[in-house]
Amino acid sequence: MTDSTTDTRPSPTAPKRSFLSSLEIDTRLLGMIGAFILVALVFNVLTDGRFLTPRNIFNLTIQTASVAIMATGMVFVIVTRHIDLSVGAILAACSALMAMTQVRWLPGLGLEIGHWAIPWIAITVGVIFGGMIGAFNGWLIGYQGIPAFIVTLGGFLIWRNVGWYQTAGQTIGPLDSTFMTFGGINGTLGGPLSWGLGVIAIAATVILIFNARRVKVAHDFPVKPLWAEVTLAVIATAAIAGFIAILTNYGVPERVVARDPAKYGCEVAEGCNPVYGLPISVLLLLGIAVVMTVIARRTRFGRYIFATGGNPDAAELSGINTRFLTVKIFALMGVLCAISAIVASSRLANHSNDLGTLDELRVIAAAVIGGTALSGGIGTIYGAILGALIMQSLQSGMAMVGVDAPLQNIVVGSVLVFAVFIDIQYRKRMGAK
Amino acid sequence: MTTPLVEMKNVSIAFGGVQAVDNVSINLHAGEVVGLLGHNGAGKSTLIKMLSGAYKMDSGEIWIEGERATIHSPRDARDYNIETIYQTLALADNLDAASNLFLGRELITGLGFVDDDRMEAETRKIMARLNPNFKKLKEPVSALSGGQRQSVAIARAVYFNARILIMDEPTAALGVHETAMVAELIQELKKQGLGIFLISHDTREMMELCDRVAVMKNGQMVGTERVEDVTEDDILSMIILGKNPREAA
Repeated sequence: MTDSTTDTRPSPTAPKRSFLSSLEIDTRLLGMIGAFILVALVFNVLTDGRFLTPRNIFNLTIQTASVAIMATGMVFVIVTRHIDLSVGAILAACSALMAMTQVRWLPGLGLEIGHWAIPWIAITVGVIFGGMIGAFNGWLIGYQGIPAFIVTLGGFLIWRNVGWYQTAGQTIGPLDSTFMTFGGINGTLGGPLSWGLGVIAIAATVILIFNARRVKVAHDFPVKPLWAEVTLAVIATAAIAGFIAILTNYGVPERVVARDPAKYGCEVAEGCNPVYGLPISVLLLLGIAVVMTVIARRTRFGRYIFATGGNPDAAELSGINTRFLTVKIFALMGVLCAISAIVASSRLANHSNDLGTLDELRVIAAAVIGGTALSGGIGTIYGAILGALIMQSLQSGMAMVGVDAPLQNIVVGSVLVFAVFIDIQYRKRMGAK
Repeated sequence: MTTPLVEMKNVSIAFGGVQAVDNVSINLHAGEVVGLLGHNGAGKSTLIKMLSGAYKMDSGEIWIEGERATIHSPRDARDYNIETIYQTLALADNLDAASNLFLGRELITGLGFVDDDRMEAETRKIMARLNPNFKKLKEPVSALSGGQRQSVAIARAVYFNARILIMDEPTAALGVHETAMVAELIQELKKQGLGIFLISHDTREMMELCDRVAVMKNGQMVGTERVEDVTEDDILSMIILGKNPREAA
């Protein structure tokens, strides 16, 4: 058969569509961004403009990173109709192991404190440990048929206390100085590097947008109008440039520079004016977000995760090994908990046993606010990250305004339920599920 | 006589204390449609699920084109070019048509990523052949009608060059027009030399579509007859009484 047969399909450029539908942006994504902007503006008014300062936005990003990293993994867990209540506890256990490795055990074995290999050995050990805990959970759930709720509820009690045993309940620190660069304010890229990365990100985005269009044209698929692609590219460029501009506008305070001018490439503190720029923890989050999105959309593993969430029987009958898939998903969750443990403990410069307390609830809430359906099959990585950002904005915004602690939790809890309510209404209107 | 495409010999399976399929033998030739009839719980679907790899039989043998076959999983069945269209459709509702068609056998790019564009192009091609009205390629299959969903399921079997096709109530959820479409398709696949097992409750439809019908009751095979040798009433009495009228006569 040749392709020269008469084409009965409508012409590739569909007639008359609204501005938004031409852009083909997920309306739920727009809704979430709208909600975030609203929250930010309200707090900015309530705090007399202190909320939307470069300094506060910088702080927001580093406070969000730990929960957001775990939330990307929680999306996969929830999409396959499971739950993980043990992420905060796994984080504590991994953090304890990494802290003990770098502060006690490796120096005890003869590596002097400050040796270059210490942080990397600690990170490797922690990530392997997290992956093993997760894989074990996944094995119990997938192969033994114990509900994820029970396995991870048990894990919630077990792993934090495994951490406690390792450290005998003590706070372990100070952590290795290289290790601490993953924590936020102690590790930032500065101005030039941040801008360099920003330019690379913009170039990559534009190339991706137009390459996707080229492939579609090559396959003779309908494409959106060219102006829509250009608009998208401009919006993306502005967003990335704006983000970098804000972060590079937060200058390092003079007294901090004065302590060690050489660290900022100056001989004396006067006239140095360095800026923080992109924190390494946020860079780590962005990298994980990209990798997880690629996994979700472009790999068999991701395709099987969503197929299994949509219809476990269909997945099984299609020859997908859903049991082993469960092990892989939970192992990935464990690895992400370990990475979060690096970020969370290094931000505080110490490991303390209450690290990550209640994180399981924040992580689940972030994924759910971000549009992940507990009934399975639906969820996005960017949604979960936005969800984490919205929650953190609410929390720190209320703290800045001076809302009482009990009231803060009441508001956050209400927002969680309200977000799911809106989501259900939205799905009803759109006619899907 | 030629070697049968499929031969299931003395197959049995039990769930707990219930003997769901009890020492059943059945065969299928290339270019033939064999219908399986019986009450709910007669063991039709269970029998066929052992062939498609969804269940593992307790005893018995399966021979495919004259060779002993071992089928322990749906993946094994696929290796023997056995494709199944399930009563419950077995589609992932949240994914689009192309993702469902290629589920478990995705086309991948050189870098090992799934090639959505190529899968979509292939889906367009096969759908243009099976169901030219099919347009909703980008939507989750939950947004499709029963007939459209069925054509996705059938496309899956056709695309991967099935030799043996199992259809479990393929028309149960369909309208008149769509049922006719499926019937037409069965005739075409038959001409191409596929062997088809068809499960249905509709005796009249079976008389039209099948070459032979096999009737089961309480997990046992009542009998297999060529459709031209029996009347609809004969078949009904086999289903209800569990007796072969010609043996009884």
